[in-house]
Amino acid sequence: MGVFNYTFHWRPAFQALPAMLEGALVTIQLAVLSMLFGIAIGVVLSLMRGSKNRLLSGFAVTWVEIARNTPALFQIYIAYFGLGQIGIRLDSFIALLIGITFNNAGYLAETFRGGMRAVPPTQTRAARSLGLSAVDAYRLIVLPQMFRVVFHPMTNQMVWAILMTSLGVVVGLNTDLTGVTQELNVKTFRTFEYFAIAAVMYYLIAKFVTLGARAIAWRLFRY
Amino acid sequence: MIEIERVKKSFGSLTVLDEVSLSVNTGEVVSIIGGSGSGKSTLLMCINGLEPIQGGRIAVDGIEVHAAGTDLNKLRRNIGIVFQQWNAFPHLTVLENVTLAPRKVLKMSRAEAEAIAVQQLEHVGLGDKLKAFPGKLSGGQQQRMAIARALAMSPKYMLFDEVTSALDPQLVGEVLDTMRLLAGEGMTMILVTHEMGFAREVSDRVAFFKSGKIHEIGSPQQIFESPQMPETRAFLNSVL
Repeated sequence: MGVFNYTFHWRPAFQALPAMLEGALVTIQLAVLSMLFGIAIGVVLSLMRGSKNRLLSGFAVTWVEIARNTPALFQIYIAYFGLGQIGIRLDSFIALLIGITFNNAGYLAETFRGGMRAVPPTQTRAARSLGLSAVDAYRLIVLPQMFRVVFHPMTNQMVWAILMTSLGVVVGLNTDLTGVTQELNVKTFRTFEYFAIAAVMYYLIAKFVTLGARAIAWRLFRY
Repeated sequence: MIEIERVKKSFGSLTVLDEVSLSVNTGEVVSIIGGSGSGKSTLLMCINGLEPIQGGRIAVDGIEVHAAGTDLNKLRRNIGIVFQQWNAFPHLTVLENVTLAPRKVLKMSRAEAEAIAVQQLEHVGLGDKLKAFPGKLSGGQQQRMAIARALAMSPKYMLFDEVTSALDPQLVGEVLDTMRLLAGEGMTMILVTHEMGFAREVSDRVAFFKSGKIHEIGSPQQIFESPQMPETRAFLNSVL
């Protein structure tokens, strides 16, 4: 018996495809929700960071520093076990969602800050000089230009969010793609087959996001 | 008419406008000349309320620009301004740049706004660039588009802030031609400019600015041929 006497058994592995696809849907759901919350919080953080109030800017800076300079795994642990120890017991799904949202918001806050700087104040001035209200100037002139600058970093973060959801396995999540795969693995020990299929699924989801983003960018940013 | 009375403006401890007074009548073209940093451009920004003032008053058609409660968005419909760095909106086509304010501020329909925009763009010689994005235009074309954009609001007054200073020399002529056209049509204009020949040609009056003050104001003949103040003479000698 050599080391490499592993025989591939793809047939049972492929029979698990429907279950894994269901897991993939949970993965996508987690990534999308964490991005939506991440964008909303990221915008608020980037505004807070520019605030003159030291408390507000300090809070935003701390958030960004921790999110960008500690492992995502650690951030998810804190959301699950850390909060659990102080009596806040969260469902694995919610804890993972909070952990990834925390990470997304930190990265996106910096992205948005860069985006705001990328549109020169003379653009607002020109819009106001035409009689546009401050809100219209921001909505019609500043935001669309900012969106172009932040679009690609946002796409990257979305892909990263999808991949981060696999960390849910450490807080006991068994419904996402990695969770489902891991359960199949411990029941059958067909590790290579299941994880290879899961890897292909992650790849396809990520590829779908980047190609979709490219199509949107091509449609929107004609200039 | 535009009435500027003893206007004071400072950025921190730096005084930019020091009791400046100037009245511009309807149909008049007034050029402001002077060295860099003499406060010329700032005065234009104060006229349409883009910059606050610290003293004096500015009234446009009797409306106090800096009074609390003045609807600046409404006031600005009557005052077109064109900047040195043209400030085209890069994400909008030439046509969209020009229709934006008529649609959003004057609430015109798209068709109405486009009819006016096309007319104004043809006026400045850009009738064939409607669907182009500003990034595809030369500086001179972008600057003419900015002029059309301001004109589409049918302003009563046009302010030009060194509009040819950032242009390559061979593109200056086309922009000056557009302004010459406007002056000929009787538009009330205040232009801050370094183009002395042009100021002399189109202006009814020329004002010489130095250190935030109007040192001398008079007809182009007076200012360019027999300036009264030594500062004016020194400045003209250095630029002509």
